[in-house]
Amino acid sequence: MATVETIGIRKYFGDVKAVDGVDLKSEEGEFLVFLGPSGCGKTTLLRMIAGLEQPTDGDIVIGEVVVNHLPPRARGIAMVFQSYALYPHKTVYQNIAFPLKASGMRREDRNKRVEWAAGLFNIERLLHRKPRALSGGERQRVALARAVVREPNLFLLDEPLSNLDAKLRASARDELLQFQRRIGTTTIYVTHDQVEAMGMGDRIAVMDTGKLRQLGSPQEIYDNPADTFVAGFLGSPPMNLLEGEDAVVGFRPEAFLPSEGSHAGENGFRLPFRLKRVESLGADRLIYGVVGGPFRDQKAIARLSSNLPFAFRVDENCEFVVARKDVRFFDRETGLRTDPRPI
Amino acid sequence: MAAGARIGRYGNLLDREDWLARLMLSPAILYIAALIGFPFFLALFYSVSDITVGSLGLGFVGLENFREIFQTPAFRVAVKNTFIFAFGSQAIVLVLAKILALALLKDFRGKWIVRGLILLPWVAPVSLGAIGWMWILDSIYSVINWTLRAVGIFGPETWPMWLGFPNLALSSIIAIHVWRLLPLATVILLAGLSSIPQDIHDAASVDGAGFWRREFEIIIPMVLPILGVAALFGIVFAFTDMIVIYVLTGGGPYDSTQVLASLAFYTGIDGGDLAEGAAIALFLFPLLVAVAFLMLRIARRAEVT
Repeated sequence: MATVETIGIRKYFGDVKAVDGVDLKSEEGEFLVFLGPSGCGKTTLLRMIAGLEQPTDGDIVIGEVVVNHLPPRARGIAMVFQSYALYPHKTVYQNIAFPLKASGMRREDRNKRVEWAAGLFNIERLLHRKPRALSGGERQRVALARAVVREPNLFLLDEPLSNLDAKLRASARDELLQFQRRIGTTTIYVTHDQVEAMGMGDRIAVMDTGKLRQLGSPQEIYDNPADTFVAGFLGSPPMNLLEGEDAVVGFRPEAFLPSEGSHAGENGFRLPFRLKRVESLGADRLIYGVVGGPFRDQKAIARLSSNLPFAFRVDENCEFVVARKDVRFFDRETGLRTDPRPI
Repeated sequence: MAAGARIGRYGNLLDREDWLARLMLSPAILYIAALIGFPFFLALFYSVSDITVGSLGLGFVGLENFREIFQTPAFRVAVKNTFIFAFGSQAIVLVLAKILALALLKDFRGKWIVRGLILLPWVAPVSLGAIGWMWILDSIYSVINWTLRAVGIFGPETWPMWLGFPNLALSSIIAIHVWRLLPLATVILLAGLSSIPQDIHDAASVDGAGFWRREFEIIIPMVLPILGVAALFGIVFAFTDMIVIYVLTGGGPYDSTQVLASLAFYTGIDGGDLAEGAAIALFLFPLLVAVAFLMLRIARRAEVT
């Protein structure tokens, strides 16, 4: 078991700052997710932790040891790649046994460990097949088995579910999480899918343009985004961000409700909302419109449960309300969270 | 339908893929039939006849020519040389090509110039290259000998005749052949190596494989089908080529560097015994067919993976 820490880590490719000064520390046995849009530097950060990429500056510490100059094999890590990177000419057995063979383990011990790892993922019956004869889900299990077989101190997963179809992805997510809980190895998981991140992560590190924007539990990040980027990245649809007089005002679509019959009542901000369009998603309805008053017709979205009676008419002027506790304020210049203030 | 009517007769013909295929294949088929098929069947026919240059009659002699050539010492030497020549040069070529391709995969300044230069022996006319080598290996003016003597490696008594002694001559010819075939093998291998995804390299290093294990357990097995294609190309080439020998040694000294292709030429064309020349030339045909068959199979397997 080990923790990972990055200290002022940077990686420049020429003029491109792929990772631009990231400080973070994982906790023992946690499931840490790197989340961000493509090109935000999350994969580069993961590759630097793995030792596949040399940092331009800064230190990487795995289990109290600075590993900057250690090759990947000396770092006690295992990695699962987006493409799974199975060796196509080797059978599943040989694929899983390869890390053990490379570490010089005796054949008999190797057999036992491969069987153990295959058992973890229910792939015993596939051991003699070649990767090309496997389905996507099976390949993913083989890649995971190859990663655990050495009992690494640290698991690195680079979008391991993105090549699976939607249905398989949900069950694979569940299995992966259960498996991580069982073996209790510190895991870093890279994804651009916020549903995966929210559902799986003990904590999420939200990244953008090479920088760490926020590190916290999924609920923390969702409820209290550190800046407008995080606010606008998480949630589907994301937080409404309206430019006010001296601050950006943010509130989640589900917190934005018709004032009629709302409990927010006296304590909330009442805003004029002109309705433009409705999208029915089954369980919910998304109401698109523009917020008037101090916000001079900026666009916003409200999310209403389908159970809630609400008659939609285009261009109707309604009054919507958002509870005081659900409003967040951000600095207009820096985008960072600021203290509450009057609207 | 108005638009369809305007296409016209030729347009319709070009739209019909079965006819288009025949049309486009026909030049190649004609070419192969006229320049390869016809001479090949002629050679088959000659090899069982008693034809010579200038003979008027033509008699069928069965396998007499083959029996005859088996008894010539020069033929047996040529068969042996052909195999040494083909497999010896290929073994060296593959090892060198792998090393060279590995070096060319790395990024360095002027990589594209180096890549271009490496292709040069393949692009340049063979006879031109061979003449260059003739100077390099000349019995009196050999650049190698003069240089090695000048730097003191060769004493006053040492002066190898690179093309003058049987074993040395065969080694020289193998070396020249390696020089010639290396570019093609390197380029083929380079294509194979660059088709291996970066993830595989990364996975191997994370899995703890060092350089040699990565090469021998991951990289080489993965490019094996392509390596096989390169090797078979080289072997077919070495089996059928005679230009290097023709220019450099003329099969000498004492027929010691003769290969089947050159012996067939000297016997059939220079010596005028067309029938025996054809028999010599056809001797390796079954083997080459087998090699070509193997090549196609490997190429097909390479497509799958």
